[in-house]
Amino acid sequence: MLEIASQSFRSRLMVGTGKYRTNDEMIHAIDASGAEVVTVAVRRVNLDRGDEEGILHHLSSEKFFLLSNTAGCFSADEAVRYARLAREAGFNDFVKLEVIGDRETLLPDTAGLLEATAILAREGFKVLAYTNDDLVTALRLQDAGAVAVMPLASPIGSGLGLLNPYFIRTIKSRLTVPIIVDAGVGTASDACLVMEQGVDGILMNTALAEAKNPVGMATAMRLAVDAGRGAYLAGRMPRREVAVPSTPSEGMLS
Amino acid sequence: MMQLTINGEPRTLDPVDTVDAMLRQLGLDPRGVVVELNRAIIRRADIAASRVQDGDTVEIVHFVGGG
Repeated sequence: MLEIASQSFRSRLMVGTGKYRTNDEMIHAIDASGAEVVTVAVRRVNLDRGDEEGILHHLSSEKFFLLSNTAGCFSADEAVRYARLAREAGFNDFVKLEVIGDRETLLPDTAGLLEATAILAREGFKVLAYTNDDLVTALRLQDAGAVAVMPLASPIGSGLGLLNPYFIRTIKSRLTVPIIVDAGVGTASDACLVMEQGVDGILMNTALAEAKNPVGMATAMRLAVDAGRGAYLAGRMPRREVAVPSTPSEGMLS
Repeated sequence: MMQLTINGEPRTLDPVDTVDAMLRQLGLDPRGVVVELNRAIIRRADIAASRVQDGDTVEIVHFVGGG
């Protein structure tokens, strides 16, 4: 059981809702992932398209915990504005805070992120802050009032997997708030490796949406998250640079 | 007629008094959107009572897919 700001969640896997080929495929993939927390984004209604194409027509807010993000925001002010709009929709006061600093890598603007975290925390928001894998930034986000810190495995949408297991482990060992690794996971082994670092959860989108078979990948990811968590809790054997036989060396024929 | 700027575009509407009436003229269900009027968020409970005037700037947002 995962707990963030006194809210319990049944799954350690959180998923996004972007980039799926169809809404139907998205719904089936989310179901297969077992995720409870599902991210959504705030955007202008398209007034020239007659039909109302909002994502909530496909996602039940009773079945899922909707986590609004501030993706695409490049300043603290902009991210705060998006967070406030999302909260007015009335689902909860959680926000996945992104303040992006670079269009090419989508790496965070950590100064803007800290500023927005402090403002939103003062306004009662439960801030889950998307950040890089830097320990000091993670500590400052916790100090600023973030209820969870979300370091990246690798850049958003890159599928490069976990680039720095050591930094993720360090962040987990030094912070008291939950650590949810967000972004960069490409396949099941990446998710398993992330969870083996002892973090509290993982959030992914593109790895499912861009898989050839999103439902199949979502099932694999669910199993990988459980496997990685299980292996972390079980405690792995030490790494050795020499072989040690598994079979007794006594009792051999002369 | 009244002129508004809605989601960044100039729009001409039949005269309306309230945000609620504006949304209905645009064919939108007030329960499915959040409205910002001249940069101030309109609380859900206040949509029916909030006045909209000629020249106002309005943002109407909803949730879409995202990561």
